[in-house]
Amino acid sequence: MDDNTILKVNDLSTHYFTSRGAVKALDDASFELKGGQSMGIAGESGCGKSTLAFSLMRMVQPPGKIVKGSIDIRGLEVTDLSEKEARKKLRWQKISMVFQGAMDIMTPVYTVGYQMMEPLKYLKNIKGDEAKDICFKYLDMVNIDYELFYRYPHELSGGQKQRIVIATALLLDPDVVILDEPTTALDVVVEARIMNDLKLLKKKLNNSMIFITHDLSILAEISDKLAVMYAGYIVELGDAIEIYKNPKHPYTRKLIGAIPRLHVDVDRLEYIPGAPPELTNPPKGCRFHPRCDQAFDRCSQDEPGFHEVDGVKVMCHLYDRGA
Amino acid sequence: MTRTVIEVKNLKKDFEVSQSFMNKMMRKPKLYVKAVDNISFKIKEKESFALVGESGCGKTTVGKILMRLINVTSGEVYVKGKNISKLNDPYKLKVYRRMTQMIYQDPFSSLDPRFKVYDILEEPLLIHNIGSSIAERRALIEEALENVRLTPPDEFIDRYPHMLSGGQRQRVAIARCLILNPDVIVADEPVSMLDVSVRAELLNLMKDLIEKQDLTYLYITHDVSTTRFFAKHIGVMYLGDIVEQGPVGNVLDNPLHPYTQALLTAIPEPEPERLDRIKEIPIRGDIPAGTNIPEGCRFHPRCPYAKRVCIEEVPDYKIPAERGHIVRCHFAGEIEYKFRVKVISDEGEVVKEEVIDAGEESDTAS
Ligand SMILES: Nc1ncnc2c1ncn2[C@@H]1O[C@H](COP(=O)(O)OP(=O)(O)O)[C@@H](O)[C@H]1O
Ligand SMILES: Nc1ncnc2c1ncn2[C@@H]1O[C@H](COP(=O)(O)OP(=O)(O)O)[C@@H](O)[C@H]1O
Ligand code: SF4
Ligand SMILES: [Mg+2]
Ligand SMILES: [Mg+2]
Repeated sequence: MDDNTILKVNDLSTHYFTSRGAVKALDDASFELKGGQSMGIAGESGCGKSTLAFSLMRMVQPPGKIVKGSIDIRGLEVTDLSEKEARKKLRWQKISMVFQGAMDIMTPVYTVGYQMMEPLKYLKNIKGDEAKDICFKYLDMVNIDYELFYRYPHELSGGQKQRIVIATALLLDPDVVILDEPTTALDVVVEARIMNDLKLLKKKLNNSMIFITHDLSILAEISDKLAVMYAGYIVELGDAIEIYKNPKHPYTRKLIGAIPRLHVDVDRLEYIPGAPPELTNPPKGCRFHPRCDQAFDRCSQDEPGFHEVDGVKVMCHLYDRGA
Repeated sequence: MTRTVIEVKNLKKDFEVSQSFMNKMMRKPKLYVKAVDNISFKIKEKESFALVGESGCGKTTVGKILMRLINVTSGEVYVKGKNISKLNDPYKLKVYRRMTQMIYQDPFSSLDPRFKVYDILEEPLLIHNIGSSIAERRALIEEALENVRLTPPDEFIDRYPHMLSGGQRQRVAIARCLILNPDVIVADEPVSMLDVSVRAELLNLMKDLIEKQDLTYLYITHDVSTTRFFAKHIGVMYLGDIVEQGPVGNVLDNPLHPYTQALLTAIPEPEPERLDRIKEIPIRGDIPAGTNIPEGCRFHPRCPYAKRVCIEEVPDYKIPAERGHIVRCHFAGEIEYKFRVKVISDEGEVVKEEVIDAGEESDTAS
């Protein structure tokens, strides 16, 4: 493994075992991240983005279970940990997460400061002024006045709360920080400002960042790497600029094509007909084939493997030169 | 010549803010939110007018007034030449309600989960006494489902909402509007909760319906990018006022109001290579409370160009020469659409600053 590789995920699969059968929410995910690198995860709702994030955190909710694969964070094998070990060694310290909608679940009865200092106290036994200093350092980074440390969540705006949640995720300097739809509930001006601050943070800190959103426009602002997910699979993975400029997977192409543009006049918006499959019973062959306008015979028969094109990995038969 | 279907004139809506018991006891003066503060616009037949702006700027209030769901504080709303703002007669109201329909943001809560698609679509027919037999009503229901491309109708008619995807539910909601053959549809964030591809598919459908069903839309959204395709005209709202309005391409490519400029600067576009560049959003602070609208130009505390006149005088609408749209700003036409970009190094230091002429950027885009 390269020296600066922080996170290495290999063949990771997580399924939910429901009464309707196993929901194959994540299958065979593999990727690596270096320190200071950011990876965006894109895809329509239900494609498995949050499941991937929860798997990395070892927080998959029952009836879900990691069924296969490994997650290596700087030599620590995450899938081997017991729940107690995950709590003591993994979360907050090695990997932390800004949950979707986290700003709405801040506890109303405690001050911002109390809530920020909790992980410091329980995991590191850091209290009092020392804890406060650490909090202030990170509040600074997300452009929040120290004064807000003493306030209650209901006294803050949505943008302020979200910044505080982000600062809290950074407190114990984890190797990996996951942000799951961190700006989705915010107005565009507030969102743009937070994205600007995150860009600076990313440069200043050496953590790896995983940024999840359904909004590909936002991801373009912050991702070094991009993973496009469809129906539980990462179907395209590689350098973000290359993928935006020259998307290879038919799904990625359509997804980028469907983004409404501010300065371009069009007669029709592009879209992908049909809907993503039920993950209890995904289509045979390529999971995208029923919706793909480039599908051919093989696509409904064989599962495609990864092919490397211009340094990007693509799960699609179109790129199988050997066949 | 195309007719004007909707004309809103000097519309105002104040909401009284509920105060704490203590404040009431102490006879504190009543507080009002000026949710809509003297706005005017027109929508022509078979056109779509977009109202955009950040949450709380008053968009939904305008929609509810047009639906005659709430009373106006002052001003008039003409629909097909009739002032509906004071319409109270139950019979006339019923006729009006048939002519104007609303699509809501949340397809998960706007459909009753206990009803099948058939019942959901039959309900408005029963209310308005349309279709004398079950067979006749069923035919209308099937037609409505075909119009929103839920085909074959048989496959959807007996499903419950939970058996439909978000996009399909929103189609049912649209079908429920169409079945009454309305003239006007108020669509309040109709696609905001949907994925990008479903969003695109639905906007295509809604646009096709303009010609097919002779519809006129008030399209309410916070997602400005969708207006370029869907709407013909756009009004940008800030704190209850429309600060800029005109043809959609005109306003988006050449925004003249500093607020519109800031809003458009903040919208992310799917262009990579932004990792090392920080676009400064030319706006200060946060939106003030609706109970406390600033004097003079309501945008002045946040405006990077504000001068003394902005604090002292409410600007009139202006139509700067050759720009073809109206703007409420003392310096309309004089402020160029520019923003500042900071180039940052790998260590996070600013290594360069440049000013981007956004008007030109958009001319060369695509
Ligand atoms: N607790 C759960 N039980 C059963 N299925 C689940 C559960 N959580 C998620 N899923 C299913 O797993 C799939 C992936 O979901 P999720 O990871 O939340 O997607 P995303 O974050 O991309 O929207 C979906 O089909 C979803 O319905
Ligand atoms: N029924 C109400 N009572 C009091 N205030 C209201 C009511 N409805 C809306 N408001 C206020 O009016 C303003 C405009 O709201 P709204 O029209 O919903 O905005 P938007 O749809 O643009 O988000 C907001 O400040 C909101 O809090
Ligand atoms: S009138 Fe003044 S404060 Fe208002 S937008 Fe124009 S320049 Fe800014
Ligand atoms: Mg999710
Ligand atoms: Mg609204």
